Amino acid sequence: MTEVVVEERFSLIKAFKKIPFSTKAVGALYLVILILGLVNGFSFSRLLSDSLHLFGVWALFSLANVPSIQAGTGPNFALPIGIVNGLLAMVLVLAAGFTGMGFIVVASLVAIIFGSASGFLYGKLMNAVKGSEMAIAPYTGFAITAVFGLVWLSIPIRHPNMIFFLGDGLRHQIPLDYFRAEFILANFLFFEIFGLEIRTGELIVVVVACVLMWLFFRSKMGLGITAVGRNPKFAKASGVNVDRSRVIANMISTAVAALGVIVYAQGFGFIQLYDFPMLLAFPAVACIVVGGASGQKANVRNVVIGTFLFQGLMAIALPVFTRVLAGGAGAGIVGPIRMAIQNGIILYALSRMSKGGK
Amino acid sequence: MANNNIWNGEKIRTFLLDNIVMLVFLGFVVLGFVVSDTFTPSSFTNDILVRFFRNGVLVLALIIPVMAGLGLNFGIVVGAIAGVLSIIFVRYNYTLFPGLGGLLLCFAIATPIAILFGYLTGKLYNKTKGQEMIASLVVGFFAEGIYMIFILFVVGAIIPVRWGHRMVNPVPEGVRPMGIRSSFEMGLPAEEMTGRGMQDALPGMARALNNIWRMEFVYALAAVSVVMFIFLVVRRIIMKKNPGLLTIRNEPLWAFILKIALCGAVVAFSIYSSATIYYWYYILANTPDINRLDLLPGISNFAVEISRINNVPVVTGLVIAAVGLFTVYFTRTKLGQDCRSVGQNKHIATVSGIDVDRTRIIATIISTVLAAWGMIIFLQDMGHVSTYTVHRNIGFFSVAAILVGGATAAKASVKNAMIGLVLFHAMFIVSPAVGLFFFNDGNAGEYMRTFMVYGVIGVSLGLYVWKANKAAKDKERLR
Repeated sequence: MTEVVVEERFSLIKAFKKIPFSTKAVGALYLVILILGLVNGFSFSRLLSDSLHLFGVWALFSLANVPSIQAGTGPNFALPIGIVNGLLAMVLVLAAGFTGMGFIVVASLVAIIFGSASGFLYGKLMNAVKGSEMAIAPYTGFAITAVFGLVWLSIPIRHPNMIFFLGDGLRHQIPLDYFRAEFILANFLFFEIFGLEIRTGELIVVVVACVLMWLFFRSKMGLGITAVGRNPKFAKASGVNVDRSRVIANMISTAVAALGVIVYAQGFGFIQLYDFPMLLAFPAVACIVVGGASGQKANVRNVVIGTFLFQGLMAIALPVFTRVLAGGAGAGIVGPIRMAIQNGIILYALSRMSKGGK
Repeated sequence: MANNNIWNGEKIRTFLLDNIVMLVFLGFVVLGFVVSDTFTPSSFTNDILVRFFRNGVLVLALIIPVMAGLGLNFGIVVGAIAGVLSIIFVRYNYTLFPGLGGLLLCFAIATPIAILFGYLTGKLYNKTKGQEMIASLVVGFFAEGIYMIFILFVVGAIIPVRWGHRMVNPVPEGVRPMGIRSSFEMGLPAEEMTGRGMQDALPGMARALNNIWRMEFVYALAAVSVVMFIFLVVRRIIMKKNPGLLTIRNEPLWAFILKIALCGAVVAFSIYSSATIYYWYYILANTPDINRLDLLPGISNFAVEISRINNVPVVTGLVIAAVGLFTVYFTRTKLGQDCRSVGQNKHIATVSGIDVDRTRIIATIISTVLAAWGMIIFLQDMGHVSTYTVHRNIGFFSVAAILVGGATAAKASVKNAMIGLVLFHAMFIVSPAVGLFFFNDGNAGEYMRTFMVYGVIGVSLGLYVWKANKAAKDKERLR
């Protein structure tokens, strides 16, 4: 966006018009809440810190949508598949006795392996249901989440800090502080400037992932995937293996989601199991749409802008609303507002999709 | 596949593939019976019956959008929300109309709200053509968000509510009350208020529709099966006399005989058990010292088991039947035919002068209104409303049910809905037992159930698309 402003300084209005509606709407809302917060006595650095924190833990989930959108399988509504793989990786690595930074590194490696493997199967599925990917994907994600509910209950791990106090099965929340594994990335090179907390480790991971994704879509394979998403027939004619490209894109997407949940878990200090992954795909899709992605076109810039605005909005809305709306309704109202905005944005993307499509 | 040999491998394979979901569900239910001894025939029938009458209209609400090419309308959640809103309104002013009157008022208020919601949803589906299935899922979530903002914040902040009202969140004196409580009761009906301290309580709307007329299950079964038997025979005669009059396919003789035999068996069973139970009730009435059927000397286990099946709500059953008949009738009207053409091919429909967008909106409105009514019927049977969550699973469960019954994204019938209602809820009832058996954990059944719901939706939709893609590919290869 800044590029555009620099190039066409004389026509700021034109540049403003180029910003997608979803970005403008959520951006405006973000500013309103920010000002409301400042008026009500919140410090600017505190609100910005909160925004950055949520940006850091959500960016990878939103980034996972880029390959799948580019390959033409639509936003990855089956994000829970990647997430349960990441959770499984973390649980196994914790049970194997890893702690601290070692836990993060080993779990990430395992998560990439698991994520790619199940992404391969998921990509095969997407190829089998070409044309209705988005209708099938959410239920695949929901069903896998439920299957993993059974996995968490029956997995033969007997670590006292991971299982229920009574009976078998893993806990709903596994606190990472028992394993000295909480906030590992967040605390890595952590510093404060004017009260603004910078979680350097998290941001480094996000930046590296974004740069790698950006580079990938400039490689031959990445360009091939983009071509498949734009026009499968044309791509096929120019020698790109359509089905293979779609599978690879979904493998990357699933692996990134699996990594994402590791960043997420360390950012909050605990691993959440069972129903937690169920509905995570929708906010992630909303993020990237806020950044200006459509159902057929997405890039890293969309991820960065969208995740910051949308998750930032959610991060600052909770404390601000709780203070502004007395009487207890404030805290409860944020969830429904998030639900309405997030799903309204997805509907907006869907309505634009069919207009551009056929 | 057009082969004279009926039972060749290809045909069996196709049959298995077409009915895989139904067969898996049947297998699951049988497994539930095998691994658990907690189910008696009567308790199982009772559980099925309760859910059948509770969910019937909700599942039937899905048929017309499928016909119009909108796919499975997960957006019936929007209609369900309209139903809940009307109940909240009536319960807030509960002194106005208790009992059946209040329930009818709910229907009256829900209808215009549902028409409005259906219109908006239909508009949205027209804007998201080709993506209706995901759009309907997301619109349900979106509506939930708006609904929650409404009942949490708008009620109280903008629409004033009385302090201390039993429907409103309790707050200290002097604070402005805001939001509806997270759960409330529909209120016991007058005829169920027999306990102590109930004399002063106001009668409510719970089971107001169900309690109008309740009938012994086997009597109702006898009536339904006799009607079905006559219907099958009459349809066969009409079909033989002037073929082409009815729009159904010509059924082969073996299919007819099979249906007649099955129906006849049900008729025989239900009449036999009706006679038995009638006899024992007569004996009971004439035996002064005994007031329970199972204490009678010489009574068979069979009769006791039959007597343990609860009475069925006849009026609710009639409403379900009426909605089913309306759906069948609708397909024969001009509008219904338009819906069909739109569902088959939008371009051809446009060329032949059908307003595609309008037809699709009407189909959505009908579905939404039926869903709102269905929700009211659902809640009057439950008797208890969890304000913030009760609508949430309506879409998933109804869609899963009709898919289990053999529907696809492009084809659904009343028959699918009825089979699905029974089979899906049978799965629901046995899954805790299966979970307990395999995982030795009470929660496992819950996850198994969730998996079955989403799994059936994913697998049925996936198989349908996969088959369609394969057929298209084969066609291309032949050309």
